[in-house]
Amino acid sequence: MKTVLTVDDSSSVRQMVKIALGGAGYGVVEAGDGAAGLAAAKANSVQLVVTDLNMPIMNGLEFIRALRQLAPYRGVPIVFLTTESDESLKRDAKAAGATAWITKPFKQDQLLNVVKKLIG
Amino acid sequence: MSPSQDPADTFRQEASDLLEGLEQALLDLEGDPGNKDLVNTAFRALHTIKGSGAMFGFDEVAAFAHEFESAFDRVRRGETAATPELIGIALNAQDFLRTQIENPDAASAVIGICILADLRKLTQSAPAALETAAPALKSEEAQKVFSVSLRFKSDVLINGANPLRFIDELRGLGEAEVTPEIAAIPALDALDPLACLMSWRVRLTTRAPRSAIEDVFMFVADDMELTIEDAAQAKPAAAEPTPNQDVAAHEAAADSAKRTPKESATIRVQAERLDSMMDRVGELVIAQARLTQLSAAGASTLGVAEEIERLTSSLRETIMGIRMLPIGSLFGRFRRLVHDLSRDLGKEIDLVTEGEETELDKTMIERLADPLIHVIRNAADHGLEPPQQRREAGKPTLGTIRLVARHAGAEVLISVSDDGRGLDTKRIRAKAEENGLIAPGAPMSESELHQLIFHPGFSTAKEVSALSGRGVGMDVVRRTIEGMRGAIEVLTEPGHGSTLTLRLPLTLAIIEGLLVRVGATHYVIPLTAVEECVELASEVDERSKGRSFLNIRGDLVPFIRLREIFCEPGRPEPHQKVVIVNQNDSRVGFVVDQILGNHQTVIKSLSKLHADAPGFSGATILGDGAVALILDTPHIIAAGQTRERRGATKHLEAA
Amino acid sequence: MNDDAQMATQALLMGIAGEVFALDARQVREILDPAPVTRVPGAKPYVANVLNVRGKVIPLADLRVRFGMEPAKLTVDSRFVVLEVELDGDPTPVGIIADKVFEVTEIDAATMQKTPPVGMHWRPEFIAGIAKWKDDFIVIPDMARILGEASE
Repeated sequence: MKTVLTVDDSSSVRQMVKIALGGAGYGVVEAGDGAAGLAAAKANSVQLVVTDLNMPIMNGLEFIRALRQLAPYRGVPIVFLTTESDESLKRDAKAAGATAWITKPFKQDQLLNVVKKLIG
Repeated sequence: MSPSQDPADTFRQEASDLLEGLEQALLDLEGDPGNKDLVNTAFRALHTIKGSGAMFGFDEVAAFAHEFESAFDRVRRGETAATPELIGIALNAQDFLRTQIENPDAASAVIGICILADLRKLTQSAPAALETAAPALKSEEAQKVFSVSLRFKSDVLINGANPLRFIDELRGLGEAEVTPEIAAIPALDALDPLACLMSWRVRLTTRAPRSAIEDVFMFVADDMELTIEDAAQAKPAAAEPTPNQDVAAHEAAADSAKRTPKESATIRVQAERLDSMMDRVGELVIAQARLTQLSAAGASTLGVAEEIERLTSSLRETIMGIRMLPIGSLFGRFRRLVHDLSRDLGKEIDLVTEGEETELDKTMIERLADPLIHVIRNAADHGLEPPQQRREAGKPTLGTIRLVARHAGAEVLISVSDDGRGLDTKRIRAKAEENGLIAPGAPMSESELHQLIFHPGFSTAKEVSALSGRGVGMDVVRRTIEGMRGAIEVLTEPGHGSTLTLRLPLTLAIIEGLLVRVGATHYVIPLTAVEECVELASEVDERSKGRSFLNIRGDLVPFIRLREIFCEPGRPEPHQKVVIVNQNDSRVGFVVDQILGNHQTVIKSLSKLHADAPGFSGATILGDGAVALILDTPHIIAAGQTRERRGATKHLEAA
Repeated sequence: MNDDAQMATQALLMGIAGEVFALDARQVREILDPAPVTRVPGAKPYVANVLNVRGKVIPLADLRVRFGMEPAKLTVDSRFVVLEVELDGDPTPVGIIADKVFEVTEIDAATMQKTPPVGMHWRPEFIAGIAKWKDDFIVIPDMARILGEASE
């Protein structure tokens, strides 16, 4: 089973990711901030990461950078969540090593489409 | 992994927490308008509500939050100041959001529009429309052939993108011929396996528009060279609606809208409490296995029984702990109340809170909300004087309401104090006499007079203001508190203010009880009321036909025969026992047939059909499944006294 | 759907004091063999006891007493029928003592009458209607009234 790590301080977003992806047969691991996300990434074998950018403790950009430093996570798709207006943030996230983004608000099938696009 | 909870409920719960945080931030911002952190907190709360709201089908919530957020964004950027006026409107907007989420039917769109108009006026931001869904793909009339060339930056693999997937996706759009170009790939020993050096050419025959092809590469557009050329024009075909995300998105939204919001109470539990519970349950299972083993072998099970008892009681404590919440969550709400009261009454009021960390049963916290609102409103409205009067009395114009919670033994004390004028006993007396609650000139102590404010018939017409008449009177406050087996105390000092203290038992669900038997029936006496147990000496029993008093170390203590009060059939057993209970510092003995010992009593409520059996505060289920009633000691004592008086009257009549 | 409910109602038939009563099956929670009960001193005589039903303490009503007869005597056929009755707007589980429980059957609303036949010794305000079942009259009690009405 392919496992997706969702990192978000909003439990409803995490739950949504869980439902959307869990329902499609993916395993889902959750973390509430970047630091917890990093720990979860180390503890699990994860095939894709969905992360928010705006989070307490360790924000999404720091998280993406740190994750890309880990050898097993070179080449693992990282999807970040952003809002329509954040063009500059999008560039920053890409520069940090993100693979793709999803514009908030999004629906379950939009998320699923992106994940399928990246890891099938 | 099954989604056991409706995601919309999760959203509601989360939004409720976020709105609480937003409200706090707004209120704090009022006193500290330049605080960036507070502005960011408010902004982030709105941002999350907008994002999650739209995802769970709360489109109106999302749209409103979006505009609210836009206004706040200007504050965040320092383009608009967080003036008290802006905060006032923001608080209204916060309320409106709450209504939209919790009670959508009550959220009038007109009110929303007005609030947003106010917000915009203050922040001068143009109305912003929210994109709720991706724009629909236009279906092309004709099938076209595109020649697509793809060349990626070499680090594209490291960043998690996989060109082969994109090519697969292209194939999904139509008929594709893919030609790889491998000229750039070096000899094997020079090859970096993580570098993407291949490029591709794709000849794609599709009805999809050019933009659909571009969309395939949307995430890597900056990291690649993508050229798309029209290769040839294919035969025009009939327009065919392209299935697109928009349709699916709308269906999803309709789906979630169809789900009716269910009233399901959820509670958040600290993980460590759950862990400790799991530990105990684990130990319990082991003890259970040992018990089975020992009893099969016919060995003594006493040790295991003790073990299980220990585990059960610690499990009980942990579970009770789960239901405990800090009262601070409730106190938070009152800051808003005091803010509004201050504005509406034209009084400067400072709310000081203490003991927010004091934990209380969740259900009690909920039940306390309304009574406390009323008590605080009363303190602000009637307790605190208008600024002018305060100045004349030599007090600071800023009035203070203190809200303090603390544990005291098995009780929680919550007090609301004000530094206002104090209770006016003369006026209370006048009012009570006018309303016929007491006879004119009836001798009454100060504290008896104070208790009159809780009388249902006590209301003062002079005090009608915008805030009164909300349907909750002090009598309702008292009834609620007494319903929770609590009590209210009043302390007042004329000219200096008053303090109202709510005394509540620590938890509703479980009490320590003393299990007793009267005839064939078991009863539980709350242990907090029990002082001691003695044997009813037979000579006392004999001569206590008319008057019933015990001599307890020189004190005369009256006693009540539960057998008589409860009309238990049959004759009393020899060697009757007396349970001495202490009620309001006076001691009374309850005569029973047998005392069985301490009993951890899980309280079950009695139904409405037994509301007229006032001697019992509830019932519990014993080990054998039988029901035992829990005595409401004050009522039993009162019943005993009535009986005795009646008995005495009968005696007189007989004489 | 509402029409259906009025056309034919699933009803539990039970006997109390020689009369057959029909209870709306949707109200019925469970049917128990008589279990030990606990007397509540000071309670109304027709709900003198409580019993434990799956960890809940629920009142047990004796309709005979409510109708002015001697309290029920339990026999091998006696059952406790647990109902959910709306009291002051709250659905409340209540047990009632039945001398015998017959069956669940469909009652045709068409056979329902408002006025009880002459000679019934049941208080008319406690009766929601009368229906026919196998050439017999059966009483449809108004449980909320019977249990809820505070005054005797």
